[in-house]
Order: sequence, then structure tokens, then C-alpha cells
Amino acid sequence: MKEIGFAKLVVFVNSIVPLLLLGWDGLRGDLGANPLEFVTHTTGTLTLVFLLISLAVTPLRKTLGQPWMIKLRRMTGLFAFFYGCLHLMTYLWFDKFFNIAEIGRDTIKRPFITLGMASFFLMLPLALTSTNKMVKRLGGRRWNRLHRLVYLAAIAGVIHYWMLVKADTRIPLAFGAVLAVLLIYRALAAFFKRRLPAQEPSENL
Amino acid sequence: MLIKKPEDIKSSEITDEKAYLNRRLFMRGAVLAASTAATGLLYRSLTASSRRTTTEEATAVESAPTPSLSIEGEKLTSLEAITHYNNFYEFSTSKQAVAEKAEGFISRPWTISVEGLVNKPKIFDIDDLIKLNPPEDRVYRLRCVEGWSMVIPWLGFPLAALLKQVEPNSAARFVEFTTLLDPDRMPNQRTSVLDWPYVEGLRLDEALHPLTLLAVGLYGKTLPPQNGAPLRLVVPWKYGFKSIKSIVKIRLVEDQPPTTWNDQAPGEYGFYSNVNPQVDHPRWSQKRERRIGEFGQRDTLLFNGYADEVAGLYEGMDLKVYY
Repeated sequence: MKEIGFAKLVVFVNSIVPLLLLGWDGLRGDLGANPLEFVTHTTGTLTLVFLLISLAVTPLRKTLGQPWMIKLRRMTGLFAFFYGCLHLMTYLWFDKFFNIAEIGRDTIKRPFITLGMASFFLMLPLALTSTNKMVKRLGGRRWNRLHRLVYLAAIAGVIHYWMLVKADTRIPLAFGAVLAVLLIYRALAAFFKRRLPAQEPSENL
Repeated sequence: MLIKKPEDIKSSEITDEKAYLNRRLFMRGAVLAASTAATGLLYRSLTASSRRTTTEEATAVESAPTPSLSIEGEKLTSLEAITHYNNFYEFSTSKQAVAEKAEGFISRPWTISVEGLVNKPKIFDIDDLIKLNPPEDRVYRLRCVEGWSMVIPWLGFPLAALLKQVEPNSAARFVEFTTLLDPDRMPNQRTSVLDWPYVEGLRLDEALHPLTLLAVGLYGKTLPPQNGAPLRLVVPWKYGFKSIKSIVKIRLVEDQPPTTWNDQAPGEYGFYSNVNPQVDHPRWSQKRERRIGEFGQRDTLLFNGYADEVAGLYEGMDLKVYY
């Protein structure tokens, strides 16, 4: 695939579709009886969706043999961070009205808020170091190591969602299952990468 | 191998550059438009829509006003919000989706068995029950354990009136309520989200309190399915989940009955579940609430603002222990 510019455009446009529809529904007063709750839940869900998409890029490109797909990973990750910012904003503004003391108390006292905050602040350095310049400055190896934080951000995000629901845990568990597959893929990939080169010489003996 | 040498290709077979570019542009536009439409549809289908349903079957209910028991000076929540933002897990766990899923729910014929430790157990037909107990207007606050609230103009009669008709005996200390169990009519009962049927309970003195209502309508009409047709409990000083919907059985018992949410998460939902800003839900604060239709938040009041009427029921009880 040589047409990376076009692929990026498709991903970008599709990624802002939920935001446009949310805004459209908001302007028309079509967000239901509790619009602020709806916006909070929707932006939170979108954050997790984009986190999982960004984590799916590497397994997909390897299993499909489409190396060019790596070029789409940064954008999906940044969209996860973008929707995460909106989600955090709805909480800080509409739920807490920027009452710093109460936000602090809430974050310490309530594990699901703690995990949500943790997830956001784990994504923050990744967004800040997402530019080509920062990759060069950190060096590929260190950059890669830093960006493994995304695994923790996704785990914290899924648990945050799971702890929030009252009884119907099916959707958070579905997110958890997808995340588990994506993480197991990486664990297996790392395992075989380490195993195989070590075995080869012994077989040659 | 059949590779044509350049001189073999007739000039007429070569797509001219302009047509090639046009075709490419067209294809790209199609890909972009199709994927965008698919994403939009996916978003629409996954976020529970606020599709409006009408409640045509609702018929007017005659009522006698009882101003002393209604609250005054607080704006009524809109009928649209009251009927399209419902916690009714028998139909859906999405509050926006309940109205649509409950559309067409048949609540006639319907009987309510009043039984247990009573002298005159009886199975009431819903329409006979309403004739026996003419509904009154009651404007009550409703505070959900999730942190939102409404003001709802109910139509109903005191539970005490019904209990008097069956004469509880001296051993009766609690009242147990049961919702209909019928997965054909309440499809989400096929999932194991909760332990069906939904059960709730009150202490007998709570059940006999004049504020405790059996509602059969709201906004002057019969109850829409999503609000608990044809008969539901309304206990305005307790969190909303205590106000059990679509009741088929009321049983007087000696011991505190099990209740659905208490079984589900005993540390989060107590048997009493009185509205109390001083006792937080373990996962969120109960100090404030968002009144549906308002942007800001307001302070939550002890017993949901009904302290003058009901605080006496709990004298000497530690409300942090009996939450």
C-alpha cells in the first residue's frame, strides 16, 4: 500500500465521526434526559475503543503482513488521548465544577476514579512524546520502552469501567477480553522471540 | 510469461491519465463516504438511542388532590424525561433504551396476590384494586442511588389502605414485594444481570407510613410500561431502587426479607437504603445530586427532604450501620 496519506485521511475522518455525531445530538438536544452523563459515558467508551484499536495495530499488521499499517498507530493512540481529555474534562467540569479539593478527595477515596486518573496520566507522556522529533530525541529503544506504559493505561482504563457499572458487567468484560487477547499476543510474541534464537544454536550442536 | 512489450499495446488500450486520476478520485471518495457512513451507523447502534416512543395506550386516571402530602415549589420533571430515562433492568440495563424495549408490554389482565401473615389473603385484579382505592395526586421527589433526581407527579393510593383490607396479623413485621417473572414479556430476564425476579422489602411501619404509595399512574395517565405498569411502589425517602415496579405479589412476613440489590452487593445497597448525604455509596459520593433537566448540582437532603415526616421511624438507629 503506497497510499498512506489516503489511509491516514480515512482513519482521521472516521475517528472524528463519533465526536461530530455527539456534537450534533448535543446541539439538537438529543442526548437523552441526562446529557452530561451521556457525554461522560460516551467519551469514556470512545477512549477505551481507541486504546484497543491502537493496541490492535501491531498484531494486525503482523498477522496480515501489512507493514505500512504501523503508520496509522500514532493517530489512533492520539485519538484515544483526545477522547480521554474530553472524558476527564466532563468529570472535572460537569461533575466537580473544578472544585480542586473535592477532585483530590475523590481521587484518593474512590478506586475507580484513582484508576481513571492513573490511566489518563499514563497516556499523557505518550501523547507528549508522540512526535518524530521526540522519538529521535529519546532513541527508538527508550521510546519503545516508555510507550509500553500504554498496556498499563489500557488495563487501568478497563478496570475503571468495570468498577463503575452496577451489575451489567458484560461490556466492560468484553473490553477486558479484547485487551487480554492483545496482551497475550504480545506476551507470546516476546516469548518466542526470546526462545527461538536461543534454541537455534543448540540444535546445531 | 505473457508480458506485452510497449509497442504491442495499442494506444487505445492505455487509460489516459485524466480518466485514471478521475477514477482514483472517485474510488477514494467512495471509500471515504462508505467507511464514514459505517462508522456513523456503528456509533448510532452502540450508543443507546434516545428514539422517542409514544405511550398511546395510557388512559386518563381520575384523581382527588392531596396537597398536604405533595411537595410544592419544585419544578416537575418533564414527562419525556420521566418516561425515557428509566432504571428497569428487566427490559434493559441502559436507561435510555428501556422505553423502547418496554413498548407494547401487556399489563392486562394483571393480578396482585396479597398474602402471608394476614387474616384475609386475597388475589386482587388490578382494575378492582384501583376501584377500591381511588388514586390521589402525589408530587414526590425521586432520588436515584446513581446521583440523579426527578420530581414526579404520581397517581396512586397509600399502601396502608391495601394492607388494612387484608388485615396483617400480629406476627407480621416486614412486607416483601415481588416483580413479575416472565422472560417472554421482560426479555432482559433471560440474562443473569440480576437474580430474577426482583424482590424488595419494607419494615411494616415503613409500609404503613402515609407517604408510602402504590402508584398506578403519572402525569394524569396510567403508568407507562417503562415506569412499572400497572402497579409499582413509591417510597420517596429511599433510593429509587426500593420502589419496585410491576408488582405481582405482596407478602407479609416475620423476618427481614431478602432484597435484590442487597443480595447483589451487600456492601453497597443496604436493606434500608434511606437517602442520606452523610453515607456515601462505596464508589461515589451521595452528598449532591443532579436534578434531571438542570445543568448544575444540588445538595442531597437527609431522607430526600422528608425528614420531618419519616425521621421518627429511625429514632435511635445508627444510620451509618443500617444504611
